Amino acid sequence: MTIKRGVSLYSYQNETFLGKMTLEDCIRTSVEFGANGIEVIGEQTFWGWPEAGVAEDKIAEWHHLIGKYDAVPVCHDFMLDYKRYKGREMPFDEQVASVKNDIDFAARLGVRYVRALVSITPEVLVAAAPHAEEKGIKILIEVHAPLHFDHPWIIRHAEAFEKSGSDALGFLPDMGMFLSKFPPVWKERFIRNGVPPHIADYITKAYEDRVLSEYVILNVREMGGVGPAIGMAETLRHNAAYEPKRMLDYMHRIHNVHGKFYQMDEDLVEPCIPYGDIVAVLKRGNYDGYICSEYEGNRWIEDAHEVDSVEQVRRHQAMLKQLIGAPATDALAA
Amino acid sequence: MFDNKMIVEDSLKATDTGFSIKARLPYYRGLGLSMIENVAISIDGEAVPREDITLSLRGRTWTLDEMETEYGDRWNFGEKALVGVRRAGGLAPGEHRIELAETMRISYLPFVPTTKDAKVLTLR
Repeated sequence: MTIKRGVSLYSYQNETFLGKMTLEDCIRTSVEFGANGIEVIGEQTFWGWPEAGVAEDKIAEWHHLIGKYDAVPVCHDFMLDYKRYKGREMPFDEQVASVKNDIDFAARLGVRYVRALVSITPEVLVAAAPHAEEKGIKILIEVHAPLHFDHPWIIRHAEAFEKSGSDALGFLPDMGMFLSKFPPVWKERFIRNGVPPHIADYITKAYEDRVLSEYVILNVREMGGVGPAIGMAETLRHNAAYEPKRMLDYMHRIHNVHGKFYQMDEDLVEPCIPYGDIVAVLKRGNYDGYICSEYEGNRWIEDAHEVDSVEQVRRHQAMLKQLIGAPATDALAA
Repeated sequence: MFDNKMIVEDSLKATDTGFSIKARLPYYRGLGLSMIENVAISIDGEAVPREDITLSLRGRTWTLDEMETEYGDRWNFGEKALVGVRRAGGLAPGEHRIELAETMRISYLPFVPTTKDAKVLTLR
């Protein structure tokens, strides 16, 4: 039993958006890095999904490429647009039908997991669970900052999952919820957007000092901060350094992991997300699913730098390979 | 994200009724057309009325109001839409400053974001 490596093709979004990388490029590149697991956001990778559907030849091409590169289809991230109708939320039954439709799509792709966005109610997922069981697929709700494993909304999901008795319901934690430091790429972008450097320094330090976001926002206002400075301070409302070991209570329902990262430095370190601790926790919890790289630094640097998602993913995978291969430590026992 | 890639470079064209540009969504996925709340254009600082704007994808064309109840098609990830603008008298050749603002109703966001791009395009 070991942790396996994969890539969410979300990581290459800059290149695929501009048509610089094809689906084949994405799969080949990931496998070359030793990441044979492939995760997709269905409607990013497959034009037409869900409103207009996806033709069978596109699905055949997917399976051809998966086979050609000896890759493994891992997860289809679905969206469920419950705000499809202006001014009224999609009715419950239609939401359930929409989830079932995405489960069917996932079955066509041959993945074992679908990712549900965290804003979806547990009742919708519980209602779709029997369909997922029939198809041999698990529905995983993404636990993503600002939510975390001790948040009442996630606890409500956990309770509903246990009560349902279905093992087709689970969690997909996004490692961005363990943000230990304020990312330099965020700080640099906010400075380019006009935040005075002394305010940017203050917010960065306040984040490391774990100061409550509301105090930081007030202090920035009192420092004369406006517009982008307030925006920078408000990121503290949506991000926090939760503890990786909180995953341990939920290991029986964690089946995929988003290896979120904002920047991978040349020395193979993500300076703000504690991957050493994260991988150690996952080992301790006997996790044997995939960690799928999810590069999200692109949007923070695209205004000033050429985005090189491939190099970023290469570094992230090299780091994961080292950490997964390293002997287990007892650092967590402390 | 992709803010600076919304307006497609070198895409300004004259049409029988005005002009057109090509545009993309500033988003990591596509979006069903009913969730595109607005596509606003200004040309050389002058805002174009909403009813004078159309969007075309793969040969189909919608007004912005028609898009609000279009549940069967979508603006795909990275897809270049043709944004048509009705403008009496057309547009003179040369450089024009185009501003584009796209508003998307995204289910999981607690707000409705409007993302903007501006570019100087040349009508040849």
